[in-house]
Amino acid sequence: MKKSVLLGALAVAGLAAGSAGAATLDDVKSNGVLKCGVTTGLVGFAAPNASGEWEGFDVAVCRAVAAAVLGDGNAVEFVPTTGKTRFTALSSGEIDLLARNTTWTFSRDVDLGFTFVGVNYYDGQGFMVRKDLGVASATELDGATVCIQTGTTTELNLADYFRSNNISYEPVPIETNAEAQQQYLAGACDVYTTDASGLAATRAAFEDADAHMLLPEIISKEPLGPLVRHGDDQWGDIVRWTLNALITAEELGVTSANIEQMAGGTDNPEINRLLGTEGELGAMLGLDAEWARRALAVSGNYGEIFAANIGEGTPIALARGLNAQWTQGGLIYSPPFR
Amino acid sequence: MSAISDETAPAFRLSMLINDTRYRSLTFQAIALLLLIIFMAYMVNNLISNLSAAGLNISYGFLDDPAGYDVNQRLIEYTSQSTHTRAAFVGILNTLLVAFLGCVTATVLGVIAGVLRLSGNWLTAKLMAVYVEAFRNVPVLIWILIFGTFVTLSGGPPRQFLGDDPERSMFLGAFAFTNRGLHMPSIVTGSSAVAVIMIFLVSIVAAFWWRYHVKQTLYNTGKLLPGWVFWPILIVPAILTQLVLGNPIGLEMPDTTANRFNIQGGLLIGKPLIALWLALSVYTGAFIAENVRAGIQAVSKGQTEAANALGLRPNRTMSLVVLPQALRVIIPPLISQYLNITKNSSLAIVVGYADITATLGGITLNQTGRAIECILLVMLFYLTISLLISAAMNVYNKSVSLKER
Repeated sequence: MKKSVLLGALAVAGLAAGSAGAATLDDVKSNGVLKCGVTTGLVGFAAPNASGEWEGFDVAVCRAVAAAVLGDGNAVEFVPTTGKTRFTALSSGEIDLLARNTTWTFSRDVDLGFTFVGVNYYDGQGFMVRKDLGVASATELDGATVCIQTGTTTELNLADYFRSNNISYEPVPIETNAEAQQQYLAGACDVYTTDASGLAATRAAFEDADAHMLLPEIISKEPLGPLVRHGDDQWGDIVRWTLNALITAEELGVTSANIEQMAGGTDNPEINRLLGTEGELGAMLGLDAEWARRALAVSGNYGEIFAANIGEGTPIALARGLNAQWTQGGLIYSPPFR
Repeated sequence: MSAISDETAPAFRLSMLINDTRYRSLTFQAIALLLLIIFMAYMVNNLISNLSAAGLNISYGFLDDPAGYDVNQRLIEYTSQSTHTRAAFVGILNTLLVAFLGCVTATVLGVIAGVLRLSGNWLTAKLMAVYVEAFRNVPVLIWILIFGTFVTLSGGPPRQFLGDDPERSMFLGAFAFTNRGLHMPSIVTGSSAVAVIMIFLVSIVAAFWWRYHVKQTLYNTGKLLPGWVFWPILIVPAILTQLVLGNPIGLEMPDTTANRFNIQGGLLIGKPLIALWLALSVYTGAFIAENVRAGIQAVSKGQTEAANALGLRPNRTMSLVVLPQALRVIIPPLISQYLNITKNSSLAIVVGYADITATLGGITLNQTGRAIECILLVMLFYLTISLLISAAMNVYNKSVSLKER
């Protein structure tokens, strides 16, 4: 009897696995919740706050998509993933969307079968060292012991950088950012390397943040963005255009403060199309007309999300830099809503 | 008159498959096997169809691509340009190294703790009981983390030893324990080192022949030849060759002035290896101690008393009478403890040790995204190595088991 129950359960599990991968939009709607993969905790990007609610730059993308699709920015089930588990979680259908400062690379896009819907942060790999080591440049790191998060592109960049500069190092592979932080502070490694934004976020959490510095070298391009599975273009479009809506809103000056007023209709047809008072853009996506308005209402436009989570007013204190709007000399650029 | 009717077997009817006890169990086994095959076929088919629906396929081509990452403990030559296969071999050797070291030290610890737990000395017995209970009842992952932190915090930063005027000087000018590991001199071999090694191998054979000869002489004639000659035979020829050939085998000392971050040169036993090795040894040692205790207690008390009556001292009673008999009880569970050490070594990544799970099942898996392929290979490796350990230990078990005639 017990055996047959077990077999039945296994068979059902097999069937359930078989049915994943159809229309993600329908699955999300019928579940009433968006399953969003995030980091296990990187302050500023995705981490639970004191009351246990997830917040951060990547979390805001999840909430905006949930608001656009389900009408509720809190209808998100956050699934913490490590560098190692994130891709399996997405391709197996355990999560609908991965927003986990993941670098857009050729092999991940093509070979692993994912669709990167855009870039929400232009990053690059940097190095953090103690100031009292007296190191001014990454080229002086010959012989150093380096902590790296395993399962990331940084591991490969690091090997390439040291090899091309003909200097040596000892890698210490670490699974999570929290553990890497502890190892670095305990002096088990001289250098911690990961994306510069992650280093800034980690350093901000140190008690003696001033005793540490980031080296000037940025050794790689790390365009970070949300991604979905290959093969469901409608779902990919929804996530892509939700991100674009956040970016376009900043460009057009639509903020969480003036969105209600602007939703009444403006002289700018692109704002009208974005907020659904003109045209049929929502219907084309398979959503209602007000999808973007709801997405923007959760935590504001791209600039507001940046400022609230990782901007210069926060402990992480990242400048906009490459992540300024294209009109401000940055790379953040959304195709038009037309 | 009446013809004796032949007891012919009744003709086979289909209903007998259920009603006849001779066939019933076979029927049910056949049905169960069929269901199992259908279920497995369904699961494999499900996997393949899902993979192809996601545009993925099973392919091992990535193994020949350059790995692209570095590994911190390399027993064979490896750079980031080596292939994934080579990275896997680096991991395999690291797994085997820590498993071997762990098995040896766990056995030593376990035998000592197991024997002492039965000691008449109250304090010793209780201390060993505390050791066994404390280590056995906390998960090995926790112990690995504790030892990892302990090793990191007990050694200072290597900078203390560096520079022309260091804060601390190396122990005997050759050993330094830092939070990166234990630095010690390494052995470097010159051109004629082969001669020294060959001579040493020959002296090993000669030394053991001497030991055998002493035993035979004792048994045959009752004359006790000097046993200590074993040691001079073992080492003197090799040392003489070394001196005559002008020290072809030398030591390379750790260098504290070459680099600003770390001690260079010499041999580094890395912190991850030390932490993992210690944790696996003391954890599994606690289990082996219990096996040893069970084995000793399984030997009837009369054996000890008989040995005492013959005038054997307690330590000889233990080594000549009790332990050889106890081994029959100890070996089978010991095999599974050795398997446990090997399998538990897959937790290595928590202290940053590059075993097979960390290289092939970790970084390679991540960088190539070939999860199923990598995990299958890792499973195959652990299965092979476990079966090999089992087979070897079973051979040994046969040699110590009771010879029944």
